[in-house]
Amino acid sequence: MKKTVLLIVSSLMTLGVAGLAYGESDQKRPHKIDWPFEGVFGTVDKQSAQRGFQVYKEVCSACHSLNRIAFRNLQDLGFSEAEVKSLAASYQVADGPNDAGDMFQRPGKPSDYFPSPYANENAGRAAHNGALPPDLSLIIKARKDGPNYVHSLLTGYGPVPPDVQLADGQNYNPYFPGGKLMMPPPLSDGQVTYADGTPATVDQMARDVVTFLQWAAEPEMEARKQMGIKVMIYLAIFTAFMYVAKRNIWRRIH
Amino acid sequence: MDMHMNPEQKSGRKSQNSGGGIKGWIEYRLPIFSFLDHSLGSQYPAPRNLNYWWNFGSIAGICLVMQILTGLFLAMHYVPHGTMAFDSVESIMRNVNYGWLLRYAHAVGASMFFVVVYIHIFRGIYYGSYKAPRELLWWFGIVILLLMMATAFMGYVLPWGQMSFWGATVITNLFSAIPGVGESIVHWLWGGFAVDNPTLNRFYALHFVLPFVIVAVVVLHIWALHVHGSNNPLGIDVKTPQDTIPFHPYYTIKDCLGFGVFFLIFSWFVFFAPNSLGDPDNYIPANPMITPPHIVPEWYFLPFYAILRSMPDIGIPFTDIVFVSSKLAGVVGMFGSILIFFFLPWIDRGTVRSAAFRPVTKLLFWLFLIDCLVLGFVGSQPPEGIYLLIGRIALAYYFAHFVMLWYISRREKTLPLPESISKAVLASADHHR
Repeated sequence: MKKTVLLIVSSLMTLGVAGLAYGESDQKRPHKIDWPFEGVFGTVDKQSAQRGFQVYKEVCSACHSLNRIAFRNLQDLGFSEAEVKSLAASYQVADGPNDAGDMFQRPGKPSDYFPSPYANENAGRAAHNGALPPDLSLIIKARKDGPNYVHSLLTGYGPVPPDVQLADGQNYNPYFPGGKLMMPPPLSDGQVTYADGTPATVDQMARDVVTFLQWAAEPEMEARKQMGIKVMIYLAIFTAFMYVAKRNIWRRIH
Repeated sequence: MDMHMNPEQKSGRKSQNSGGGIKGWIEYRLPIFSFLDHSLGSQYPAPRNLNYWWNFGSIAGICLVMQILTGLFLAMHYVPHGTMAFDSVESIMRNVNYGWLLRYAHAVGASMFFVVVYIHIFRGIYYGSYKAPRELLWWFGIVILLLMMATAFMGYVLPWGQMSFWGATVITNLFSAIPGVGESIVHWLWGGFAVDNPTLNRFYALHFVLPFVIVAVVVLHIWALHVHGSNNPLGIDVKTPQDTIPFHPYYTIKDCLGFGVFFLIFSWFVFFAPNSLGDPDNYIPANPMITPPHIVPEWYFLPFYAILRSMPDIGIPFTDIVFVSSKLAGVVGMFGSILIFFFLPWIDRGTVRSAAFRPVTKLLFWLFLIDCLVLGFVGSQPPEGIYLLIGRIALAYYFAHFVMLWYISRREKTLPLPESISKAVLASADHHR
């Protein structure tokens, strides 16, 4: 009986999720990578995330904002308080108005959020032929199969098929819905120099930046999964006790 | 002397529970303990043969309480404003202590509530729990479902993501199908000329208050339940005390076991797959200028969404004459697909309740369940090509089911019913030995 319940519940769930499958599709399915942050015991690889932050800072941040992350949050990734302070101070942040009523620029503090590369949305669109590079804070959760999608997109630029007509400034990427996007291939081998000596291949940089963005999208993930394991153990014991109690009580009338 | 009589003698109402002490003092003034004992305790007789499908009523109750509690704490941090709603939800996720737990428990909780309630409803259909004398009990259940759907729909709008915004746009636009006054009704619902801040504000107010209306209808539902007691898998009436067992401890412990299993499944989703039941597009802030390629509701609305979109224009075939546009037909079909359940106690003209003794009704039940799952699948796909065709067939079958049930229920040859619940239970116990 319990099996039947589970079967029905799970098939209902699958049906719901099936709705998100690649229906129409001119879009290529992302390739599958075994990410260390996936699964019940998944954790964020902090070294990789730190390298990914470097990629974001040196490459992505030229066009993409990250406006839900404060400098202080980087301590989650193993950066020290002093490192975060000096990193924040290397940014200029708009503040004000001051006593004279003027806005002014000042060095960033750990409590500040990453400044956007654009003054406003229209400025961002104006700089990219009308296409606004999306904010990356939630990008992993805002795309179907997010981690694999972003990795595939970053590494998946290829030759333009003969039947595809690109407008001025457009690029071809089979993993992007419709295949045409304004973002040129952002990564090339050796583009950044990793302090830990890891070779900066396109694939490595893409993996690192996905790990960083995964953390940015779900900073609570490790705490959530660790609590989940404890809760499941507690509930398993609770359920086992209830099962025994139920059998004992019902024995009286069986 | 009157003054020296003890309270029980004076009232002449001696409850075996009241006793002395504080409990007795309270019981004499407000008989709450005997009330509980007669509602959920040892003085409430329940059929002795209830199976695990009967667990889902109490689990649904737990779901409602969980939704209200998590929702209350979310409401303390949420900001119902077009420019701040999305950010406030992300702030709950990132900056409020255990905010992620509250929000994921609430979002997953909504899905779990629907799974549980759908199972509860199908259990009622299978065992004929809607039949006399439980028609009003059944009606209150349908009212609860309708209120739940309204509440869930408005709750999904609150994070103000892309799917929130466009879902709200599609669903509120349905009312424009009403001839003559449709357009005005839609503007009145929106509080403007598009889904915007006033819409978000009123949805928030309604999303907060409707759960308490649900609680009130749940009270009526349980009240009606307690008049004639639970139906049971055999669908025959309780005849002697041997047919029943006290609700406590037998069903209280069985319900607790059900809670344990339920919370294991619930927690798995909350902690390990909290976004698996949602749409990634809702992590993109609402943008009235960009329409998502696929506007799909949450999974629990998919069968109804399929009915809405599968209806064709109704008119004279092979001519351009249309009496009812597909849009209006879709809206009528969608609401009709739920409202028809109000008539189920009279559509089903059989005298036997449980499908266990009704071979044809049993077959119809399973086909109807499969049909609902097919509609759910179709609802998740774009309404074109083969999906549109499957959707139309499944839609036709949905309503045909009730016609077939109406026809067959009077003519069906039912299997012999057991003499009593206790005899059937003892016979099956012997059989197992």
